[in-house]
Amino acid sequence: MAAFEKLVRQYDRQVFRIAQHIVQNREDAEDVVQDAFLKAYEKLDQFQGNSKFYTWLVRIAVNESLMRLRKRRTGRMVSIDEDVETEEGSMPRDLADWSPDPEALYGQSEMADILRRTIQGLPPGFRVVFVLRDVEGLSTEETAETLGLSIPAVKSRLLRARLQLRERLSRYFKKRSGGRAREKQAQGGVK
Amino acid sequence: MTCTEFLAQLDEMLDQDAAIPLRADLQEHLRTCEHCEITLNTTRKTIQIYRSHELYELPDDLRERLHKAILAKCRKC
Repeated sequence: MAAFEKLVRQYDRQVFRIAQHIVQNREDAEDVVQDAFLKAYEKLDQFQGNSKFYTWLVRIAVNESLMRLRKRRTGRMVSIDEDVETEEGSMPRDLADWSPDPEALYGQSEMADILRRTIQGLPPGFRVVFVLRDVEGLSTEETAETLGLSIPAVKSRLLRARLQLRERLSRYFKKRSGGRAREKQAQGGVK
Repeated sequence: MTCTEFLAQLDEMLDQDAAIPLRADLQEHLRTCEHCEITLNTTRKTIQIYRSHELYELPDDLRERLHKAILAKCRKC
């Protein structure tokens, strides 16, 4: 039990973060963390040493999160394949360059709100690939194994997720000929 | 190289794992295409920003509560 407790302490933050990104609700994310670790504990004997414990745990957490999302949407099916056929994001439309330091345009909590709102707008199947690859740092192979997707499918979703996020963030970060940056400068608010 | 071809290889550019001959073609396209340069730079920035901001922190009190609940459930297994 002491060894398992150590694993909980080692990975709880990551599992909570991944769950929050998928279910977008704190209570459900708390339940996912509990259920995922409990399930991992129950199935420890099934854990195959050929994949890392962390990726195995993440797979359980992702499945638990998708189940929660499904329950919340009153039985409507939610899978990592949902809404991924959209062509949005295949080709950038907003090609305005960004401000050289977009993070200086917003305060810390405002920036976090923008980032949360923006990523929440992605279909779950794009969101989860982006979070695992780019936020949590899993490799393409680990992400594919975790989600039960092929490597080309992970690459395709990752590209489209990145481009869609970029496109959506452009409305906040693009270079302006005055606007907010100047306003904040006038208020002495630029970091 | 067209912009569509460049875009298809964008991940290789971002992940720095493009084979060297392909990388030279991509760099050549970038030299002549401002749109693709902007797309590459702002997509790279998108990833950096998401990596550097903790959007869902697990507060200490909630963390302790979750630990207790998890271990209590596990002991009952």
